[in-house]
Amino acid sequence: MKTQNATGPSLLAEEGTVSNLSRRRFFKLAGGVAGVGMILSACHKDNNNNTSAGVNLGSGDIGILNYAYALEQLEAAFYTHVISSQYTGITSDEIALLTDIRDHEVAHREFFKTALGTSAIGALTVNFSSIDFSSRASVLGTAKAFEDLGVAAYNGAGRLIKSPDYLLLAGKIVSVEARHAAYIRDLLTGNSFAGSDVINNDGLDVEKSPATVLATAGTYISTKIDASNLPK
Amino acid sequence: MDLKFIIDEIQKADPEVYEKLSPRREILKSFGAKVAVAALPLALGSMFKKAYGKVTDVVLDTLNFALELEYIEFNFYHQYNLVSGLIAGGDAAAFATIEAHELAHVNFLRKAIQASGGTVYTPTHYSGGDPVTGSPISPASYDFTAGGTFADIASNYATFLAVSQTFEDTGVRAYKGQAANLQSNLDVLTDALQIHSVEARHAAHVRNIRRLAGATANKPWITGNTAPAAPAQGSYNGEDNTTQGGVVITTLSGVSGNVSTNAATEAFDEPLTKDQIVTIVTPFIRP
Repeated sequence: MKTQNATGPSLLAEEGTVSNLSRRRFFKLAGGVAGVGMILSACHKDNNNNTSAGVNLGSGDIGILNYAYALEQLEAAFYTHVISSQYTGITSDEIALLTDIRDHEVAHREFFKTALGTSAIGALTVNFSSIDFSSRASVLGTAKAFEDLGVAAYNGAGRLIKSPDYLLLAGKIVSVEARHAAYIRDLLTGNSFAGSDVINNDGLDVEKSPATVLATAGTYISTKIDASNLPK
Repeated sequence: MDLKFIIDEIQKADPEVYEKLSPRREILKSFGAKVAVAALPLALGSMFKKAYGKVTDVVLDTLNFALELEYIEFNFYHQYNLVSGLIAGGDAAAFATIEAHELAHVNFLRKAIQASGGTVYTPTHYSGGDPVTGSPISPASYDFTAGGTFADIASNYATFLAVSQTFEDTGVRAYKGQAANLQSNLDVLTDALQIHSVEARHAAHVRNIRRLAGATANKPWITGNTAPAAPAQGSYNGEDNTTQGGVVITTLSGVSGNVSTNAATEAFDEPLTKDQIVTIVTPFIRP
């Protein structure tokens, strides 16, 4: 496996808490030449990632990782607000587990930000004006929508990922999102963890394309997201 | 069933579908409601296999491996859902749902393997008849006490829950570990991912039942490598990993300070290899 190209100056000349060695290891995961090429080309386009008109997710695997990064930004921002502005009647148990979920989403967000390095899109501006954070039903209803959407997004994105290592990383995250979804759904309605609204007669969960997911997520994101270069 | 509609839909994603399905192209375009519905699945199966003939042995082996695991899970729930007084009343509906999903997975995988031209797996001691259409209930195949390790599983709900949680968490790890083996067939990969997240939903629910029943540290997500019972440790080893893609998660910024070790392990589920899974499930399979 030739990875020397991926350790060039453009990838290492960036700040952050991860050592160059760790970064190198991550990009080594990009796999063969194709993966490296995609990272490098994405790096060249870095200046175009964040424009005044919005963000461009980019192409190839980097584009999909940025897509995931965008969704994790949304989820992390949401749960951060849920915990800092708790709904009426929240129980100590709910605080504990919703705080866990917040911390998972923050870990996902920071992971993608660090892993993508200079290829990462910038911080998105969220718009939660439609959510009543004082209302349990509003907060948990939104949480359910976000978690089910996250599961469907990762399930639908798997086929668009070239690198088996990135596919595995997406797999490591999607099952955690599914755990969140199950917990939130059970909080709202007992035993709805895998309801027939999300699991079909073949026992399959939902999968959605990036375009479908972003159309829904866009309701809560002010920043314009250009996903036109994502793999299809 | 409107075949032309289906193929036209596919054409939106793959403009060359008609060419790929050639030389039956003209026949296809003339397909309409007149074609016998019963003949369609067969015709479809063979045409699509020719057009998208990427169902490799690796994919078929992986599907059969998944089927083997789904058989275990289905038979587990089927057997114990029938034991009077074992499952708490409030949980009966949930375990009925889970059993139904595992049955759906068995049936889905059987058909997928058959449609792809593979030899459909049957469990040892299977007596259900046809591997695809026969009954998937196969009590002679399994020993859910694992040779006495979980001797009171039929009478002690806590034991049942511990094994259930382990099966679900193990299933999640198994599918995760096989994803890369399915990349040569993206439709199959997507199907497998859609099963994978269902297993994770099951796992979260069972884990929460145990948490509310007193195992307070047992959250819907996996913290560290904590197992519900010592003999199940193999299903949790490695879940305490905190390095992802070369990034040490505990060095990343959290809400206050860095991401904690617990959060770092909970936020990412870990895969297991086929060999590791086989080692885990073998005690439950009668030789």
